[in-house]
Amino acid sequence: MTPDHPEAIVGRGVTAGAALFRSWFDRLTAAAHSNHPTAYVFVMGSLAELLRVFDFELSFPEINSLQTAVRRVAHEYLNQAEDYGYSPDICGYVKADVAVQLRKGAHPMGTLPPPSLAVATNACNTYVKWAEIWERFYHVPVFTLDVPGTRRAGGQTWPGDVDFAADCKYVAAQIQELIGLCEHVTDKRFDIDRLREVLAHANAMSASWRRVIALNRHEPAVFGALTDGTVYLGVANGFRGTVEGRRYFEELVEEMEHKAARGLGTIDAERHRLVFVGVPCYPIFRRFNEMFSEWGGVFVNSTYLWFASGGADLGFEYDLARPLESLAEGVLISVRHAMDSMFHQDRAIGEILEPFHVDGVVYHPIKSCRTVSTGLADSRRALMARTDIPSLFIESDMMDKRVVSEAQLKNRIDAFFEGLESRSASLRA
Amino acid sequence: MAYAAGVDVGSTQTKAIVVDERGAIAGRALIDTGANVVVAAETAYVQALADARIQEEEVGYVVGTGYGRYRVTFGNTQVTEISCHGRGAVHLFPGTRTVVDMGGQDTKAIRIGPTGEIVDFCMNDKCAAGTGRFLGAVASALDIPLQDLGVIALQSDKPVKITTTCTVFAESEVLSWLGRGKKVEDILLGIHRSMVSRSVGLMRRVGIEQEVTFTGGVTRNVGMVRELNEALGFDVNVSDEAHFMGAIGAALFARDHIVGNREISDFRVQNSDLKARNL
Repeated sequence: MTPDHPEAIVGRGVTAGAALFRSWFDRLTAAAHSNHPTAYVFVMGSLAELLRVFDFELSFPEINSLQTAVRRVAHEYLNQAEDYGYSPDICGYVKADVAVQLRKGAHPMGTLPPPSLAVATNACNTYVKWAEIWERFYHVPVFTLDVPGTRRAGGQTWPGDVDFAADCKYVAAQIQELIGLCEHVTDKRFDIDRLREVLAHANAMSASWRRVIALNRHEPAVFGALTDGTVYLGVANGFRGTVEGRRYFEELVEEMEHKAARGLGTIDAERHRLVFVGVPCYPIFRRFNEMFSEWGGVFVNSTYLWFASGGADLGFEYDLARPLESLAEGVLISVRHAMDSMFHQDRAIGEILEPFHVDGVVYHPIKSCRTVSTGLADSRRALMARTDIPSLFIESDMMDKRVVSEAQLKNRIDAFFEGLESRSASLRA
Repeated sequence: MAYAAGVDVGSTQTKAIVVDERGAIAGRALIDTGANVVVAAETAYVQALADARIQEEEVGYVVGTGYGRYRVTFGNTQVTEISCHGRGAVHLFPGTRTVVDMGGQDTKAIRIGPTGEIVDFCMNDKCAAGTGRFLGAVASALDIPLQDLGVIALQSDKPVKITTTCTVFAESEVLSWLGRGKKVEDILLGIHRSMVSRSVGLMRRVGIEQEVTFTGGVTRNVGMVRELNEALGFDVNVSDEAHFMGAIGAALFARDHIVGNREISDFRVQNSDLKARNL
C-alpha cells in the first residue's frame, strides 16, 4: 500500500499475481534445463506442503494445460494428442499435457520439466489414469493418495467422530509412505521443522484466501470470481506454503479491504450478482465473462474457487505442534471439501445465496470433464427444488473450442438476463 | 396512432410484425432468410410496413430477435427469441405456462411464471434433430412438399419406429424403410412421433405446466399438432399467428417503449465502454 497513492493498490492483485505466475514458469524452465527434481501434482490434493520440504519444483499440468487454452493454442495441442491416438472424448487437460510431453516440455510459457515424481489423489478419477501416462513415458514413481470422501450428502465426519479418526489414520499412513518415497527420490531427509515452516505459510494463505472470498459479500463485489479469481487460484496453487504466496495473499486482503471500504467494485455498474458452478470456458475466457458483464453481471463466488484451490477456501489451519497428524487432517478435510464442491454443491450454494446477495446461479458443464459435469443438471434441480433462485445451464468446454459455440452461449445468456431483468421489474412493481 | 415493430430473423425464415399502440397486429411479412440476413431483415420489415399501410416514420421502436437479431441494423434493441416467444404466447393465450417452439433449426421449451416472466428454458444443443430442419430433410428424401407432410402422416395407423436421432441420417433411414415396403404415411407418422418425443423430452426438463402453447413454423403441420396433443394427453394452444410468435413478442417489447412500459431494460454496457477496474 502506498499511502501517497492509495489508488495504486487497486488492481495490484492481478498484476502481482501475473508476475508471480510468470516467475513460477521461469523457474520451471530453469528446472527443465538443470534437471532439478520436479513433482507433477494436481490442484485437488497437491501435497505441496510436504513436497516443499524436499525442495521439489511443482508443476501443475492442469494449470499448464488451461494456459494453452487461454493463450489460444490449445487446439494445436489437442490435435497432436488426438493424432497420437487419444480420443476426442478424453479430458482436454490430459490431451494438452500429452502434447506438451510429446514436445519435450515446449509450452507457451516456457519449457516444462519432466517429472521426477507424480502425486495424485482420488479426487478426480482422471488424475490416476493421467499419472499412469507419465509413469509410462518417464518410468517415474506415481503416488496415489486415497482420500476418504463424503459417504453421503450431508454426512461428513469431523474431529471427534470415530470415523474421522479412522479416516485421518488412513491418510496419515499414506503420507508416511509418501515421505519415504520423497526421501528416496531426492536423497534428502525429511525435516519436520521445515514442514512446520511451510505449514505456517500455508495457514496464513488459507486464512487470507477465506477472507478474500468473504469480502465479496460486499456490494459491489470487489473481485470477479471468474476472471480475477483464476489469477488468485494460480498463486494459491503454485505458491502454496511459500513466503511469496503468504505475502501475496496478505496484500490481496489489503487490496480487497481497501476496495470494500470505498465501495470500489470490480465492474462499474453491478446489476446482477451471480455464482458460477463448474470450470470456466478458457478458449474464449475474456469474451465469456464479457457476455455476463455486458449485462452488469458479476460472479461473486464460484465452486471453482473451492475445488480448484484444493479446498483451501475452508481455511483449515494446521496445528504446528503436531504437524504430520494435522497435515493428514487438513488433506482429508480440504480434499474432501474439494470433492464435495463438485458433487454435493447444491447445499453449499444454497448457503451462500443470502450472504452473498446472489441473483442467479450459472451452471457450466463441460464436455471434457465427466467428473465435474455429471450430475450437474440434477444438482441444479435440487437447488431449484429448495430455492427460487434463477439459474442458467450452459454447456461448452474448458479446453476444446470445437465444442464452444459463442452464438449459442450468448443466446442463452441473453435470455437468462432478460429473465432476471423482468423478474427485477416485477419485484419493483 | 403510434406503431412498433418486431423482426424475427430466423435461420430459415424472417418474420416481421407491426403492432399499433393497443398491441393489435397491423401488418405482417414472412420471407425466406437466404444468405444475406441484413437484407432479409430490411425486406421483411418493409413488406410488413406495406402490409400495415404505414410509413417507416410512423414506427416508434423496433426490436430485433432470432439468431440474426444483431443484424437488424435499423432496430433499436435486441431481445432473444426465448423471451419473445414467451411474451407472444402469453399475449395470445394469457393462461400459458409452458411454451414449445419448433423452429427451423432449434426447438425450445420455455416455462413461464405467473406474471409472464421466463422461469426456465431448454433448447436443443449441437444437433438439429427434432426441428423443422428434420422435416425438411424428410420432405426432400420423399420428394413431398413440406406443407403436405402432416396431412399424409395423419393417414397412417401403423407408424414405423424411427430410431435415428440425426437429421442428416434421417434420409437414409427413410429410404431404408421405403425399401422394405413401408408406406409413406407410416414412415411420416413415425417421423412425427420421433420429433414429438424429443420435444416433450425438452419440455420435461423445464417442467410441463398447463396451459401449453405451441409456437413456431412447425405449428402449420397438423400432424405435429395432433401428435403433440396425444403425447401430452391434452390439447395445446395453437394460434393462426404461431409462425409469427417470435416477431409478435418482439413487437410487443417494442410497444412497451412507445407506451412507456419498458419491461426489458436497455441497459447493456457496450464492450468498448466497459471499465473493469482490475482488468
